[in-house]
Amino acid sequence: MTTPTQVSAVDQSLLYPSPYKEFWQAFSKNKGAVAGLLFMLLIVFCAIFAPWVAPHNPSEQYRDFLLTPPSWLEGGQIQFLLGTDELGRDLLSRLIQGSRLSLLIGLSSVVMSLIPGILLGLFAGFFPRLLGPTIMRLMDIMLALPSLLLAVAIVAILGPGLINTVIAIAIVSLPSYVRLTRAAVMGELNRDYVTAARLAGAGLPRLMFVTVLPNCMAPLIVQATLSFSSAILDAAALGFLGLGVQPPTPEWGTMLASARDYIERAWWVVSLPGLTILLSVLAINLMGDGLRDALDPKLKNAA
Amino acid sequence: MFSFIARRLGLLIPTFFGITLLTFALIRMIPGDPVEVMMGERRVDPEMHAQAMERLGLNKPLYAQYLDYVGKLAQGDLGESLRTRTSVWTEFSALFPATLELSMAALLFAGILGLLAGVIAALKRGSLFDHGVMGISLAGYSMPIFWWGLILIMFFSVSLGWTPVSGRIDLLYDIEPRTGFMLIDTLLADEPDAFWDALHHLILPAIVLGTIPLAVIARMTRSSMLEVLREDYIRTAKAKGLSPARVVFVHGLRNALIPVLTVVGLQVGTLLAGAVLTETIFSWPGIGKWLIEAIGARDYPVVQNGILLIACLVILVNFVVDILYGFANPRIRHQR
Amino acid sequence: MKMLPLQAAMTAALLSVALGISAKPLVVCTEASPEGFDPVVYVTAVTADAAAETMFNRLVDFKPGTTEIRPALAKSWDISEDGLTYTFHLRDDVKFHTTDYFKPTRNLNADDVLWSFQRQLDPKHPWHDKSTTGFPYFESMGFKELLKSVEKTDDHTVVFTLTRPEAPFLADVAMPFTAIHSAEYADKLLAANKTGELNSKPIGTGPFIFTRYQKDAQVRFKANPEYFRGKPPADPLILAIAVDNNVRLQKLKANECQIALYPKPDDLPSIKADPNLKVSELAAMTTAYTAMNTTRKYMSDARVRHAINIAFDKQGYNQSLYGKGNAIDATGPYPPTLLGFNDKLQNPARDLDKARALLKEAGVPEGTEFTLFTRNGGGPTNPNPMLGAQRMQADLAQIGLKVNIKVMEWGEMLKRAKAGEHDMVSAGWAGDNGDPDNFLTPNLSCDAAKNGENYARWCNEEFQGLIDKARAVAEPAERAALYEQALDVFDKDQPWIPMAYPKMFTAMRKNVEGYTQSPLTNNNFATTQVK
Repeated sequence: MTTPTQVSAVDQSLLYPSPYKEFWQAFSKNKGAVAGLLFMLLIVFCAIFAPWVAPHNPSEQYRDFLLTPPSWLEGGQIQFLLGTDELGRDLLSRLIQGSRLSLLIGLSSVVMSLIPGILLGLFAGFFPRLLGPTIMRLMDIMLALPSLLLAVAIVAILGPGLINTVIAIAIVSLPSYVRLTRAAVMGELNRDYVTAARLAGAGLPRLMFVTVLPNCMAPLIVQATLSFSSAILDAAALGFLGLGVQPPTPEWGTMLASARDYIERAWWVVSLPGLTILLSVLAINLMGDGLRDALDPKLKNAA
Repeated sequence: MFSFIARRLGLLIPTFFGITLLTFALIRMIPGDPVEVMMGERRVDPEMHAQAMERLGLNKPLYAQYLDYVGKLAQGDLGESLRTRTSVWTEFSALFPATLELSMAALLFAGILGLLAGVIAALKRGSLFDHGVMGISLAGYSMPIFWWGLILIMFFSVSLGWTPVSGRIDLLYDIEPRTGFMLIDTLLADEPDAFWDALHHLILPAIVLGTIPLAVIARMTRSSMLEVLREDYIRTAKAKGLSPARVVFVHGLRNALIPVLTVVGLQVGTLLAGAVLTETIFSWPGIGKWLIEAIGARDYPVVQNGILLIACLVILVNFVVDILYGFANPRIRHQR
Repeated sequence: MKMLPLQAAMTAALLSVALGISAKPLVVCTEASPEGFDPVVYVTAVTADAAAETMFNRLVDFKPGTTEIRPALAKSWDISEDGLTYTFHLRDDVKFHTTDYFKPTRNLNADDVLWSFQRQLDPKHPWHDKSTTGFPYFESMGFKELLKSVEKTDDHTVVFTLTRPEAPFLADVAMPFTAIHSAEYADKLLAANKTGELNSKPIGTGPFIFTRYQKDAQVRFKANPEYFRGKPPADPLILAIAVDNNVRLQKLKANECQIALYPKPDDLPSIKADPNLKVSELAAMTTAYTAMNTTRKYMSDARVRHAINIAFDKQGYNQSLYGKGNAIDATGPYPPTLLGFNDKLQNPARDLDKARALLKEAGVPEGTEFTLFTRNGGGPTNPNPMLGAQRMQADLAQIGLKVNIKVMEWGEMLKRAKAGEHDMVSAGWAGDNGDPDNFLTPNLSCDAAKNGENYARWCNEEFQGLIDKARAVAEPAERAALYEQALDVFDKDQPWIPMAYPKMFTAMRKNVEGYTQSPLTNNNFATTQVK
């Protein structure tokens, strides 16, 4: 018997690669995912440093420059790179500032539905007699209602605004986490290691959070990325229906909605926010694909 | 098999009650009441307000209102709209065919194109075409469809004038709504021109609504097809010397379709949510717009029962998909 | 390519009408689905257009394009000396619509008028309880208290007795909620226990006969050949429902409709430039305003309200919201076309220094926050509420006030504004009958302040006294003087920022003739045709 230290000193290649390294190797093989990651890094950079990156104050109204076209078009102004909107605000600055909001909405709604979703899913998985079916019926009910209508109703109850938008989206996306967690938990519960932990006398909380949960994380991480992107889309849809965040906050969907009136005169106020939404959602989805392939090859076939 | 179906049906009953309770509670939590909204900025006489609420049965305690509602429901009475005073069922059955027609057209578009693209991509795995399909479908999946609709209208209807702007048909055609499906009604009325006109109106909204399902179906078909093509029976079929087309479409696709169908079934809910936005953009007289407006008008019976009907539909479709899946895959049947 | 199906359609439509060669269809793009077809039980303009104007008549109505009263079902009327008794003499040649669901056996007579009023007035009337939401218009106009009795003296004479003299009474009975139904049809429905059909299968005396309604898509009418003012030239009349104003305009450009109601002011230049289109415009009886809640801290101080008024760039606001020349900068609660408009009132010049000084005097600290309620969708009085709110926000930021915009859905905003949760709310009012009282009492009286419909929650005794007095006076010059005084009081105290008197527009094809816009924002197509 040789001691482990000697082995590692002798031959690196015999070692099982570190999980992070392995993950990165698999992830970086997917070119789309890397492209998505790079674009997202750009967005995150813009979001964090928005006040310094944006050329203008996003709420400043330059009333002599209403609906100025982008700078490369006739009538464009070099100071307004992507043109201005109906109140003379710099579009580029608003898009940059808007990235903050969209990321914030996406992130917080994911967190707000991930945590209760995992908890409910764990309970549903661990108590398959009474609690489990009750929770699952509840989720079935929520899944049966068209998500957008549910979100509209929730926003109508709470009143429009940033936080309420986040709450509405979080509630609407809750069922998918619960279902996913429960399915994963049910799969793990029959495994030998769980039985072993049980026999070793692990308490319920330990079994739930330490033994089982870490082994269910892969699909949850993938789902979280995907619902991050759909949260951005949902927020934009709510904004489009006039139920989004309050003006003058530049949220992409709200920008699009208020620009709709000018679609024939000023295509840029409609096209650019939409394009920004499309690109960022696409980037996140590309990353999600990469994550899925890297984390769990079994999941490759799930839609 | 029978007990499987019976067990599944049994599970639906509490779900059904849950939905009635949820919609009942949701719409009543929204501030404002139907009488107030109807009066708008005008003076609401408190006495008249009280009388109206009494006539509508809205002054009773909530539990009594709920029991009334469920009791009526049990007799098949969906109530009538507070605003238009037409029965909810009449309105639903007049508007739903429009949504269904649009959704089916969208699914048809998505299904045909998606299957084709998915199969070819799977056969030519790793080719430029494959990468193209995967890229485009991911973009489709990421599409904010309200924006997509606006862009398509701007381009095809306004700039090029190829397609009509909105609506289901040119209103100079007086088509009697017999089935509510414009394409069928125009044929029943024996007006081929009107049929083409209706088809013309359907194209753009169907494309917009079909975009996300198209992306999902293409991706799903591709991956499912890839898996099937690796199976032994495909190799056997090939070895038998069957023509490649026969191998792919008869042996391969048939088996690859199962997971695709499941996903399509699960898309019905998404499709209806998409219909809300699509109908708003194209002035399409369907249930999505109807429900959004009813929420705005606090039209309690319409919101409660409209959503209930849709939810039942979603449940029904999922149920059928479940059963079909159970038939196709015996392993599922005995689980749980 | 585009014209082909259309021409085919026209021939098809003509054939199906089977009436002949001269009548042409008229398609009007309207802004919403009517709620129903019984104009008595609804208050919205879209329902009034689709039901009251097309299918019904009142005892009297407004001369097209004006607020002048002209005879309609009543050919003449007498008013008693004390102003309490109105006697209407009815025409005897007015026929109700003949349709496949109802064939009238007699002409219009006094019973129909009695039925139409008693139904709303008399709690014991068999139809009174059939309207679940009551008779909102009748009640909000105070008719319950105003009408002492409605009686017939013979088959063609009806006598109204009032509880007090009411100058605007004749104008009131020209409004949609006094539409005359057929008592014979109502009796038939009641006997068959099909009272709901009064609302879904309407019978009236008006220029058009109902044929079909498809929610959110269309309402179809055919011309009434027996209309007492003569058969209308357009046949059939189709109301095409298109909520979005861009869509209405696009349909108009494609000749899918010949008239598009409520075009966006922004689009007017492009409509005027189009050789196939034209625009009709009229100074309507509407006011857009922002009410300041006078019961709130700081806002209760008239100096603060003055400061806000002079810090706000009204001219710029109106230009960007309505477009140049499409709205008049407002100075008071109602537009200049109404009686007693006080033309001495002027818009104060924008003066930020003075505004800051006023705020300082009133002790308002820098950075004080106010909430501004606004709705999430545009309407005729305010085409783009969000845009407007953001302009106001930026203007008031310059005098150190922080405005928090709360965009709300319509129903919620009404509820919260009536409960007085706002500091400011942007609202609008469209006059119903061309009488100044119709602007002042619902929006600025003390009663309205109590129940919250007076969004400023402003109750001024002097003002209240003046409008009470004016309501009882019949002599126009005398009334006008009283209203002018009342407006002076309003201007001194400034419970509102009067924003604009928007003009109303209707876009149509060049070949449309005989359409007259009404200052009351009703739309009537009885004389309209496509040449």
